[in-house]
Amino acid sequence: MNSSASELRGASPRREASPRREASDLRTIGILGAGRVGTAVARQALKAGFEVRIATAKPVEEIAMIVEIVTAGAVAVDAPDAAAADLVVVAVPLHKYRTLDPELLAGRTVIDVMNYWSPIDGEIADFEDDPRTSSEVVQDFLRGAALVKTLNHIGYHDLEEDGRAPGTPDRRALALAGDHPEAKELVAEFIDQLGYDPVDAGPLAAGRAFQPGTEIFNGSHTAAQLRALLSTASQPSHA
Amino acid sequence: MEIGAYSFGDTQFDSSGEQTDTAGAVRNLYEAIVHADAAGLDYFGVGEHHTASMPASSPGAMIAAAAAATKQITLGSAASIISTDDPVRVYQQFATADAIAGGGRIEITAGRGSSVETFPLFGYDLADYDELYANKLNLLMTINSSADAVVTWRGARRPDIPGLAVVPRPAAGRLPIWLATGGNAGSSARAGQLGLPVSYGIIGGAPHRFAPLAELYRRSAAAAGHTGDGIKVSVAALGLVAPTKQEALDRFYPGWHNLNVEMGRLRGWPAPDKSAFLAQAEAPGAYYVGDPDEVAERIVHLHGYMGHMRHFLQMDIGGLPHEHLLESLTLLATEVKPRVERLLARER
Repeated sequence: MNSSASELRGASPRREASPRREASDLRTIGILGAGRVGTAVARQALKAGFEVRIATAKPVEEIAMIVEIVTAGAVAVDAPDAAAADLVVVAVPLHKYRTLDPELLAGRTVIDVMNYWSPIDGEIADFEDDPRTSSEVVQDFLRGAALVKTLNHIGYHDLEEDGRAPGTPDRRALALAGDHPEAKELVAEFIDQLGYDPVDAGPLAAGRAFQPGTEIFNGSHTAAQLRALLSTASQPSHA
Repeated sequence: MEIGAYSFGDTQFDSSGEQTDTAGAVRNLYEAIVHADAAGLDYFGVGEHHTASMPASSPGAMIAAAAAATKQITLGSAASIISTDDPVRVYQQFATADAIAGGGRIEITAGRGSSVETFPLFGYDLADYDELYANKLNLLMTINSSADAVVTWRGARRPDIPGLAVVPRPAAGRLPIWLATGGNAGSSARAGQLGLPVSYGIIGGAPHRFAPLAELYRRSAAAAGHTGDGIKVSVAALGLVAPTKQEALDRFYPGWHNLNVEMGRLRGWPAPDKSAFLAQAEAPGAYYVGDPDEVAERIVHLHGYMGHMRHFLQMDIGGLPHEHLLESLTLLATEVKPRVERLLARER
């Protein structure tokens, strides 16, 4: 997630995300990583009524107090229990992505919130030397997972403030990209429950349009605005 | 409640808009610290950044110089990027400053830094980010806890120290060592487990949202058996004090704009947005920009959430005219501090 540009924006009056949940079986969210991004996603998911499990590389007892105080209502678990949730959110620092266990995540629907943003986080050879988007590199590593790139282009402060009920005029939209249609459907429902209009950007490679440095990454957009920006981004260049 | 300031150095612009020399920024910073001491400010934190616009790269050298020229102010780093420095050298520099100050006024604040510019500069690998920090912090604490100046340390990412002297020793035997964090929950837990005081850098969003982190810190400390005066919280934030709110906004905004343009160029952000600035400059935003009454009230408001014992502001960013920095330091010491004390006394 981008942390800084959008932090500078003012706080908006808070409204709860929509509490409706009938249609699907999406109930549990597993979050890998208890940093600023992981805990913000956890709090927003709790607010939307999900059951949230958080795991890090550390033993449960070491993160129990963090989870209890910073994400009250969530449960600290070991990584296999987080990975067994209906939906898994990977929110570790990108340079640690190889510490994830591909076997644990095989067959799971996984949200990749991570960004390769070298001016902030420094250069990482795996991404610097690969022309693909960071999420394609991560999908390659998590071979059996159904990866969806989203939640990476909203600041972690904004995530907890900008959410609105479905149908609210000017509701903020979030793009999602992935190569697995069913996974995207599940993630779209999650995004909607968090308080945002999900907009399908296309295959995972289309996530290039909302990586760091892009207009989508830098701003806040409605679904219509986001679709227009995504459509511009997918036009072949004149070069 | 202690009131203070911190700075990364602030290179000025000349009348044609060109950035002036970095040495001038260092002299200004030195003058500001001496001024703050005379005005009665409690604390001044220095560096560490390594850019042309923020050239306070060597907190130890600046603090040693300031230690000789000041009488009462507490001086510390804000923060020392301990991951990419040698803890032995950092300790020696601050212990030297402590000797010059006559003891008791010098602190080290250890952090990782919000940017990664020191990694290529000093030849470190970002892949070792966590391991470097953990090991270097451990060494710094080991040096500080030595009763007889002899240090024995084994660890990673730096050669072992087989029972060697690290001198001079601080007058009080130990230096206060703080842990700096930008809001990662794990860092708050770590500070508590280690029994170190914690310093929160809050540069965006509503500051009182850090309250759960302060609670996590205190409960982590208690769970690890750490109690007493060493368990305390400070808050570092952006701000500027002027005689009126409008003057404070008018003085601070151009520098904020410049800094955001520079960072935007580096990081691919769009042009900074004045409405965003104005929103952050109002309660409960992150920028303590206002007249003495407002700044004092907002510090006390945050105190209700954080229970912090020190609140200190970074004011000189993006080429803030030096005289505005000096006036703000005076107002912090002579107008804000007494108001904060009065308001806190009323709450008790």
